[in-house]
Amino acid sequence: MTGTEPILGNWPAVRLVAGRELSTRLRTRSYRITTAILAILIIALCVIMKLVSGSSSGYEVGFTGATQPLASPLHQVAAALGQTVTDHTATSQADGEAQLRSGKLDALIIPDAKSTSGFSVEVKKDIDANLRTALNVLAGQIALDEQIVKLHGNPATVRAAEAEATATVHPLQAPYPYQTQQLVLGIVAGVLIYLSLMINGQMVAQGVVEEKTSRVVELLLSTVRPWQLMAGKVLGIGTVGLIQMLVIGVCGIVAGLATGVLTVSVTAAVGTVIWLIVWYLLGFFMYAIVFAALGALVSRQEEVGSVVSPAMILVIAGYVVGISVLPSDPSSSLAEVMSVIPVFAPTLMPMRLAMGGVPAWEAIVSVGLVIILIPALVWLAARIYRNAVLRSGARVKLSQALRAA
Amino acid sequence: MAQRQLEIDKISKRYGDLVALREMSFAVRAGELFGFVGSNGAGKTTTMRIALGVLSADSGEVRWDGKPITAQTRRHIGYMPEERGLYPKMKVADQLIYLARLHGLSTREANRSVDTWLERLGVAARRDDEVQKLSLGNQQRVQLAAALVHNPQILVLDEPFSGLDPVAVDVMSDVLREKCAEGVPAVFSSHQLDLVERLCDRVGIVRAGSMVALGGIEELCAAGGDHLLVDAPDAPAGWAQGLPGVIATGAEGRHTVLELQPGTDDQAILKAALDTGPVREFTHRRATLTELFRHAVSSDGPEGSQAA
Repeated sequence: MTGTEPILGNWPAVRLVAGRELSTRLRTRSYRITTAILAILIIALCVIMKLVSGSSSGYEVGFTGATQPLASPLHQVAAALGQTVTDHTATSQADGEAQLRSGKLDALIIPDAKSTSGFSVEVKKDIDANLRTALNVLAGQIALDEQIVKLHGNPATVRAAEAEATATVHPLQAPYPYQTQQLVLGIVAGVLIYLSLMINGQMVAQGVVEEKTSRVVELLLSTVRPWQLMAGKVLGIGTVGLIQMLVIGVCGIVAGLATGVLTVSVTAAVGTVIWLIVWYLLGFFMYAIVFAALGALVSRQEEVGSVVSPAMILVIAGYVVGISVLPSDPSSSLAEVMSVIPVFAPTLMPMRLAMGGVPAWEAIVSVGLVIILIPALVWLAARIYRNAVLRSGARVKLSQALRAA
Repeated sequence: MAQRQLEIDKISKRYGDLVALREMSFAVRAGELFGFVGSNGAGKTTTMRIALGVLSADSGEVRWDGKPITAQTRRHIGYMPEERGLYPKMKVADQLIYLARLHGLSTREANRSVDTWLERLGVAARRDDEVQKLSLGNQQRVQLAAALVHNPQILVLDEPFSGLDPVAVDVMSDVLREKCAEGVPAVFSSHQLDLVERLCDRVGIVRAGSMVALGGIEELCAAGGDHLLVDAPDAPAGWAQGLPGVIATGAEGRHTVLELQPGTDDQAILKAALDTGPVREFTHRRATLTELFRHAVSSDGPEGSQAA
């Protein structure tokens, strides 16, 4: 040739293909809407959790002058039961009742000489079960103290002895202290990865079929190699999905911290997001190349669903096991074993990692296995893709695509 | 300097038991317009796909300028696949810029070239429309632009004229002639044999995966024998059969077409024609490409294995 033309290497070709995917897909309405909906959902989740937990986080209890000494013992009892009580002083019983009616107080403690405990409780309509338990325990203690005094004992000593006498448990294996917050974080991570693999993985298969249906693939293959086209498509759509994931992840963390719903440390939250991204990338590349190869087998968009379903079932299986087993049993050995197997790892491992308590070796082995598997899948997928992508019409059999040179 | 040419050298390809190409060979010189004709399934598309590297051959070689063609050289080929295709939802200009850049042009060069070609092919007004919104004729023009935007040094066009309106056929013909004048070798396949005859310098006729006739239009047609066109309105059907020197007879509208043996006395035939009544026209004509084609495709035995 004349030799003055610029030479297009492998990487620029892949980058051009990826760039086209990126610019056309970021501009589509469906992508923007999906991202916005997911971001709004995760913010809404934080707000709802805030509202739900806000109503049960503490009780507003009013005391009249005579019952004020009971405030401190009630705090202790409530704390032992995992409740918090905020005490308010009412200037009179009438003042306290007014506050009850207005909803400022959950309960008003008034003196009651007829009661053995010396107090009774006024509420607006009914009393919260947890608060009733706390007050019952308090009444029981007062009655017990009176009996101890009658028997010439010291209530404080008895209480101290009682507090000390607990059953000591010696675990042979230290269990991991799972926190509800981390469990929720894990479930959210699992849902995000799952949705992302479904949406973006399908998009890869559809993109391949789009080129096949419109026949543009022949024109493309006259200038780029099949693997460059496939790699560019996977990279481009992967980036599109990554941007979506980052937007949602950051929205979630910011909303969680801002509403105070997330009380786990910022490092733990950021750690979850980083693991989420690592596993999104691993899972996406692993599945996307498989989806690209499977997509190349068919020529019509209607057939995409059925041709990718065998791979899709693996994504769904990992997700279903994670979402159904892990919340109630985070240390489930079924989930533990499956989370190391490459095909299930992308959905299960990030859930377990967010919940915490994953031994370092398991995290490393699962990442390592996926990384080892990817080149093998790339080789296999490139072969299928190359052999099938120019055959339009009837669905190409997988065995044919693998065999043909 | 040796004449630069695109050489297809003994290319064979089989799909399982199906022989698609059997030692297909021909060459297209710089500045030459080469017509590639043959029945459906004769192997034209397969040959072009192999030249573009979209398919690989079982044996044989494609060379440009004496050297085996590589992925790098292929970037300089303008290709129009038989299966037309562009991204339906991508804008015309964006799409062409993308394709030009895939062929190695810089963004600026690509932009300039796209503008030039859209203008030249009369679709500049549609540059920001999605391809799917264009009429079929305009889509074809964009498809041709896609083959030309990277200023190719070789053109390989599979059925470039199919589906074009007469105006677009003229535009396309002009572009092809112009490219050839610049020294670009061009191969195109077509079923419109009159068009091939009018445009091409050389033609190749393919049958069942191999070349059965190859050469300049003039020489091929001259070798195709002498033809006589007679308009004798009152003549009964078959009036010329059995006349000395007449090999075959046919009809073209009101005319009878007679294929003559070399050295036949045409005056004897004229006399026979006059015996039937008035003769309005009596002309010699060399064989047309259509006649050559029918001859080449139907002669020597049944069709062999065929593939697309």
